[in-house]
Amino acid sequence: MNAPAAIASPANWRSDFPALDQSVNGHPLVYLDSAASAQQPAVVIDAVSKYQREDHANVHRGVHTLSHRATEAYEGARDKVAAFINANSRSEVVLTSGTTESINLVAQSFCRPRLRAGDNIVITHLEHHANIVPWQMVCEQTGADLRVAPINDQGEVELEAMFGLIDDKTLLVGVAHVANALGTICPLDKIIPHAQSRGVPVLVDGAQGVPHLAVDVKALGCDFYVFSGHKMFGPTGTGILWGREELLEAMPPWQGGGDMILEVSFDKTVYNELPYKFEAGTPNISGFAGLGATIDYLQGIGMQRIADYENDLHDYMVAELGKVEGLRFFGEARNKASVQSFLLDDIHSHDLGTILDHQGVAIRTGHHCAMPVMQRFGISGTARASLAMYNNHDDIDRLVEALEKARQIFG
Amino acid sequence: MISGSSDIQDLYREMVLDHSRNPRHFGRLPDATHTADGINPLCGDKLKLYLRVNADGRIESSSFEGSGCAISVASASMLTDAVAGLPLDSAESCADAVKAGLKSGGLTKPPVPGLEALDGVRAYPSRIKCATLAWEALGAALGNNSTPATTE
Repeated sequence: MNAPAAIASPANWRSDFPALDQSVNGHPLVYLDSAASAQQPAVVIDAVSKYQREDHANVHRGVHTLSHRATEAYEGARDKVAAFINANSRSEVVLTSGTTESINLVAQSFCRPRLRAGDNIVITHLEHHANIVPWQMVCEQTGADLRVAPINDQGEVELEAMFGLIDDKTLLVGVAHVANALGTICPLDKIIPHAQSRGVPVLVDGAQGVPHLAVDVKALGCDFYVFSGHKMFGPTGTGILWGREELLEAMPPWQGGGDMILEVSFDKTVYNELPYKFEAGTPNISGFAGLGATIDYLQGIGMQRIADYENDLHDYMVAELGKVEGLRFFGEARNKASVQSFLLDDIHSHDLGTILDHQGVAIRTGHHCAMPVMQRFGISGTARASLAMYNNHDDIDRLVEALEKARQIFG
Repeated sequence: MISGSSDIQDLYREMVLDHSRNPRHFGRLPDATHTADGINPLCGDKLKLYLRVNADGRIESSSFEGSGCAISVASASMLTDAVAGLPLDSAESCADAVKAGLKSGGLTKPPVPGLEALDGVRAYPSRIKCATLAWEALGAALGNNSTPATTE
């Protein structure tokens, strides 16, 4: 560990992200849309650039030097991911294009061969579309039911109702670690043991968890944990499926092609071992070169430090937004991370988004790919400010000022 | 930064705000002869447009219902004012002219006076589809198209 003086302060963190250093519409950029996609630190941009300039070749195939370097960058990222989430081994870490592909892989490879008509999959009402639609599709394919656990007015999962849905016909529980529209941190410490005590494995959608919390899959005890690189300051088009080795081992390949085989003839194909049997075709090598650098960057700071800083910032944001007249919160769970959805008076969220953008403040507006959440609250969308490690109090003050301006325009 | 040089008040002109706060002809139209749905899938804006066309082939009255942002509601409200009394072919060419004007070229000389208030939206590319939604629905209603009109 470095001496305390060498540890970067949050002020330095911000300057690590070049995209934040610009003016938008004549104002210094305030980026409060990291839950949609986070900015990348210079070390990540440089790693991708270095890979493209110097090391690019295909992986796992060539005997030449560049192919070796490309393979090292790609496989190095797998090792870093394994250490970052405390996986048992690198064979449990499948590299994908994102959370969405990871969930589709589990739906089609784990669930589809096992589901029978009358079986069910249990999810919650606060999920992102990526943790809804793949299950709907596999239920449609097999005649199984998708059961949805309700949430309360604060945006928390109603645990008793959820546990009532899990029965001996349940094949899998899918639940967000952190809800993208509402910010709720789901009580995985209760959901996972309950499901597993009934023999039901649990998939955790960690897309919004990994950027904000220190994730240890062994400590969580889940069966699958999936997340995306671009929400955690890495490149787009990178994602992870972590699964328990015995589960992954028993699953058939999802997509066929090169790299996922040991031997191919027209009579028979022998599939490759884990994790390669799930990685058909040339992967996003440059993206994973960048993701490796992302993890080095985050590990250098420490996820717990980031989480602690963001918690303080989140409290400040909620307190300051709470002072804005006419502002209503959506998502007031007791245990919450980094995101606040809201509406102001009867101003439509897209109008708010445009007025804020005009003042250099970037937020997300609309349904946040969580239409059922909007239906639950009887609204078409919200404005959502989401925080990351590079935001500060000044960003939140600028958000509040911009909201006051919106009230003037629509007053 | 297209919107950098423009003033936000140019988008939210008084007339646009007035129509969004007090939409004209809001609600279902009894005895409608033509209807169409308009959906903006990305934004979630939804509206239903009603027309009552008389025996002479003129739009006697029109109305709309639905929900959306200030721009989409104002545009729909202004549409119901603009098409009142128009023969069907004029309404169709009006819809085409407004859509073309918003997407390029401008609406400084609109086919029906008053619609130039929507011209400010051209400086906000991500919001143009909010303004065109009602006009897409008008085209669909006149074509008796049962598929919802979308802005995508």
